Amino acid sequence: MTPFDDFLSATVRTATPLMLAALGECITERSGVINIGLEGAIICGAFAATVAAGSVGVLGGFAAGAAAGVAVALLFALFTVYLRADQIITGTAVTLLSLGLTGLLYKTLYGATGVGLTLPTAGERAVPGLSTIPVIGRALFAQPLITYALYLMVPALAWWFARTHSGLALRAVGESPDAALAAGVRPRRVQAWAVLAGGAFAGVAGATLVLVQSGTFVEGMSAGKGFIAIAIVVLGRWTPFGVAGAALLFGGASALQYLFQSLGFREVPYQLFLALPYLLTLVVLARASARARAPAALARQELTLG
Amino acid sequence: MSDPSTSPEQSPRDMPTSAAPLAESFAQSFVRPLLRVGALLATTLTLLVALLVVTGHDPAVALRALVRGAFGSWYAITSATLVRAVPLAFTGLAVAVAFRAGLLNIGAEGQLLAGAAAAAGAAALVGPSAGAWAIPLVLVAGVLSGALWAGIAAVLRQRFGVLEVISTIMLNFVALYVVGWLVRGPLQEPSRIYPQSVALPDALHLPVLLPGTRLHLGVALAALLAVYLWWWMRGTAAGFRLRAVGLNAHAAATTGRIDVARVSLLAFLASGALAGLGGAVEYAGVTYALYENFSPGYGYTAIAVALLARLNPAGVLGTALLFGALQAGANAMQRDAGVPVALVNVVEAMLILLVIAGDRLSISNRTRRDRT
Repeated sequence: MTPFDDFLSATVRTATPLMLAALGECITERSGVINIGLEGAIICGAFAATVAAGSVGVLGGFAAGAAAGVAVALLFALFTVYLRADQIITGTAVTLLSLGLTGLLYKTLYGATGVGLTLPTAGERAVPGLSTIPVIGRALFAQPLITYALYLMVPALAWWFARTHSGLALRAVGESPDAALAAGVRPRRVQAWAVLAGGAFAGVAGATLVLVQSGTFVEGMSAGKGFIAIAIVVLGRWTPFGVAGAALLFGGASALQYLFQSLGFREVPYQLFLALPYLLTLVVLARASARARAPAALARQELTLG
Repeated sequence: MSDPSTSPEQSPRDMPTSAAPLAESFAQSFVRPLLRVGALLATTLTLLVALLVVTGHDPAVALRALVRGAFGSWYAITSATLVRAVPLAFTGLAVAVAFRAGLLNIGAEGQLLAGAAAAAGAAALVGPSAGAWAIPLVLVAGVLSGALWAGIAAVLRQRFGVLEVISTIMLNFVALYVVGWLVRGPLQEPSRIYPQSVALPDALHLPVLLPGTRLHLGVALAALLAVYLWWWMRGTAAGFRLRAVGLNAHAAATTGRIDVARVSLLAFLASGALAGLGGAVEYAGVTYALYENFSPGYGYTAIAVALLARLNPAGVLGTALLFGALQAGANAMQRDAGVPVALVNVVEAMLILLVIAGDRLSISNRTRRDRT
């Protein structure tokens, strides 16, 4: 394996949780709700996966991660969809709550010192044949199963948005809740489901961080990935394929540190590589925000009862 | 988000100037919040006890440790609670000014770090032989650096329409890595063993106000700034413009007398300057060095500080004190009762959510009353 092959593999690997979270946020935002609490859903998913995987295995860990993400999203939905509280402030509070709560529970369950915790992890499953394709073979087809699930999910979501009745209802609520209501769609119900779905995706993304990548839980390990995912949705212009491409770009930015390390660029401070995804988020948002057309009713607080 | 008692219809000329309306406005700013303090303290206590029980700690033992750590002695009050409250007051004011202007600056953490880093840089530049004359220089470096760090988000917002929530959070992470690089690179102490900056010379320490304690000049600075900002927000035309933009930027622009972009930019810069000053004060008054975990999340707690104070600068002093006491007590709780410090972060976040819920429920009650 050349350093470049490693880089491509690392790109897809680090893009996987980002893509999961961003696809979930894409669903949520298409309904007109921006969930800044995504970060909270990710860290809670990661923590729940840690707790569950120790006793019921990897699959149980993913399920627990999804459930925790849904629980966080439920709290967010209660405030924003039903009480119509400010989405940004609620999301910030939910994130702070999740970061505090997981830190507290981690110390409570695993001791104040935070003993080295090792969990079963989902290993790579190379697809016979496909993984031997030159250059991209190993990067795309020697990955854990959750990455393959994404290959199905991206086109499925695109089809669902464009071609199904429920997908159309979702988009209608995000563009014009009043028109949706007139057409017999219940905006609040749609938004609530969209927020919960987004939470499930984010929870699975958190579980991926633990069960696929690090094999352990670290306080604050979400490290802004929820916010990066929101930037990915903007860059991906609220479409599943766009989001997938944008997530790969960010995965690449994170993976650059491995490439440069193996190429021997030791003069450049490593903090620069660590900061790169965050800097990229700023640059990408600056370039994409101005031209982006968000769902028309995104972050709108007042909503017709329905 | 906004205080319903401040009516946006008032024009700057009608702002209270004589003593009587000012007294009224004083009552609004100080007396009413005092009544809320009771409810706030009771809620905080309830949440604390509930969380302690759930996590399997003895509430009596833990709370005793908390109270001892926060108020148990003269030293605890002056050197733990008050000293902890200072960075919370500066960052709380930063958040309050920004939120009042309708800017959701979640970046007080990064701006505080930027301020501390620039202060450490300025101290390194003037060298170990500098006298007390350099203290203002160190503080001004913090102010400018904090404003600059916020300015990045401000420009991204105005020129490119980037959501400031996301840009400021990203800048928090970048600031963290910049500090990590500084304390291992250009600013590292001469022996090059520890990832921290060279210790600040004694002559550059902020003066201690009460001998025998750690209470430094920063506490007076924070109090003065809070009172000044309170007056500025209520009693000046510029403060009125800031609130008008925050309440309804579109309406403010329609008047034709308020340059919304300019007001937003200045408010963002001022917010960053306040947080940056907080970082410089913390550096020159408490830590005397820059290191990676310089801030235990002051900039995030600041959101709770500002929201619980209803974005009122004078109220920020009170809530900063409350959270200063909580954090000082949390350290004692961890030491003496084995309760993780994170428990206090959970209480803070729950308080924010309760404030939001309370506001929303009272609004829907009001509209229901109006309809019937």
